[in-house]
Amino acid sequence: MNYDLTDEQQMIYKMMKEFSDEVVAPGAEQRDKDKAFPKEIFDQLGKLGIMGLPFPEEYGGSGADTISFAIAVEELSRACGSTGITYSAHVSLGGAPLNLFGTEGQKKDYLVPICTGESLGAFGLTEPNAGSDAGGTETEAKLVNGEWVINGSKCFITNASYAKIVPVTAITARKDGKKEISAIIVPTDKMGFSVKAPYEKMGLNASDTTEIYVEDVHVPEDFMLGKRGEGFKQFLITLDGGRIGIGAMAVGIAQAAYEKALAYAKERTQFGRSISKFQAIQFKLADMAMKLELARGMLYKAAWLKDHGRKFSKEASMCKLYASEICMETCRDAIQIHGGNGYMKEYQVERYMRDAKLLEIGEGTSEVQRMVIAREIGC
Amino acid sequence: MNILVLLKQTFDTEENIVIENGQISEENVEFIMNPYDEYAVEEAVKIKEEIGAEITAITLGPSRTASALRTALAMGADQAVLIEWDEQEADEWTASNLIAAVVKNRDFDLILGGNMAIDSGSGQVAIRVAEKLGIPHVSTITKLTLNDGTATVERDVEGDVEIVEIQLPFLATTQQGLNEPRYPSLPGIMKAKKKPLKTFSVEELSLENEDVTTATVIIDQYLPAKKQAGQILEGELQDQVSELVQILQNAAKVV
Repeated sequence: MNYDLTDEQQMIYKMMKEFSDEVVAPGAEQRDKDKAFPKEIFDQLGKLGIMGLPFPEEYGGSGADTISFAIAVEELSRACGSTGITYSAHVSLGGAPLNLFGTEGQKKDYLVPICTGESLGAFGLTEPNAGSDAGGTETEAKLVNGEWVINGSKCFITNASYAKIVPVTAITARKDGKKEISAIIVPTDKMGFSVKAPYEKMGLNASDTTEIYVEDVHVPEDFMLGKRGEGFKQFLITLDGGRIGIGAMAVGIAQAAYEKALAYAKERTQFGRSISKFQAIQFKLADMAMKLELARGMLYKAAWLKDHGRKFSKEASMCKLYASEICMETCRDAIQIHGGNGYMKEYQVERYMRDAKLLEIGEGTSEVQRMVIAREIGC
Repeated sequence: MNILVLLKQTFDTEENIVIENGQISEENVEFIMNPYDEYAVEEAVKIKEEIGAEITAITLGPSRTASALRTALAMGADQAVLIEWDEQEADEWTASNLIAAVVKNRDFDLILGGNMAIDSGSGQVAIRVAEKLGIPHVSTITKLTLNDGTATVERDVEGDVEIVEIQLPFLATTQQGLNEPRYPSLPGIMKAKKKPLKTFSVEELSLENEDVTTATVIIDQYLPAKKQAGQILEGELQDQVSELVQILQNAAKVV
């Protein structure tokens, strides 16, 4: 056993911490109010080689490990949840499927701009009637004269407004009433492809959440990503990695809420002493510190398993489920410790809570995580 | 062009500092590259990018100090030298002797170091090294322009600017305003481990015993007294003024 980060991981942590404190945090509150996407932050992250963090150097990536990815997501999210989710989705939903399943040519064409930050990464899976239940997928692709002709729509797609391509899952055949689902790469400048961002969200206001409309979009037959008919299976593999990203976001936001609550409790005086001297407040803070430690431990374990080529589905689900739930609890208690001030935007903890709620929903709800874990333990 | 950068690893003064038995506790302390030295590294890397240079970062301290050198390597330095020093902190005399002993066997055109370290704040080590090497130095620089064999340097003199022309090789200490230190890039971090980091023991430097014996002793260290809350005077302006004079005369006893 070794609980120390490696030299590289420590340096990445330091760099990401400084970057997050100095560049990401200062505008976070305003961006939340203005619903302003932090494009310039991602340009800078691109220059620093962070956008292609875990991908091979031959495609412009930096070849770092999953623990480093978790550290980067955690630090960005500690400063700004919207920046954290944009980055996490960019890497784990946008870049990872191309890296895992793409052909050499697809990687050269589409993974490279993702690594440099020229394009953000996005993936089109969710539809109004299909999320974790892929059976509801309605988007359909038909092979006509060597081209896929795709029709359908997607919802809740992160980053699509800033993406050069969006792979989408679509029905590519029907056999005995069963749908064959494949992933097809769709360049976003194709005729018939449109992106709308109509949502009014509870939180993560500075992230790009879109609807995608695909109307008679033609792409060459070899734009298939991975194997035909394995679109959903591939996506489940992708999601295992994505859950580490969500877990890291949760740890980052929980850390931010905990730090704010601890500082406030020490500073706020009532009944002649700082409220951190009251057991009712102390117990909340002690629980926060403990849960954070446990969630981070699970996060690093899931990332470590992935880095060592071991099976990590169960641990990724546990990490995502536990971290997102303790993140909500921590945010709730952080607001409580702040009292009336906590309800005010100025103190930031209410933003953390609004941002945190998505983590119990996105990339598989808490209920779906429990289904995954139950299946993994043999239920 | 060969550039040497002298740097120090310090504790982060923005973190909570705990003093135990007159010593700063290293328990749970965050160690960072002295911020003034970051300007020195950045300036060296900028020169390297503009006209090409081989940059060597040098420091002394216990093994943990290597991480400050790795940061310099990640920012763009080419190699690093660590002088192992495990005892209590070297004073300016010892530190400059050790560094000069390493530097004098090397080729260099320019030596850069921070104006001072944020922990001890003496601002002496780098300029002592210049003295021991018999080269000129210019301190607290805010602009550096290299010409052919000379340099034009702007230095901060208590808020004013002094422009100095100086012959290479020389040593300069860097001041805030010289540049904006970069974040180490991720590829830089990944490459840093593969760059050479040479370690010297004090014995290998074959110095006289007195050169490595600290010439000063820290007798005590303590934290500054907690700042008292200010007093806000109220009432008519006239009354406030007389009350203030009263306080300055009788309570503060400064008038």
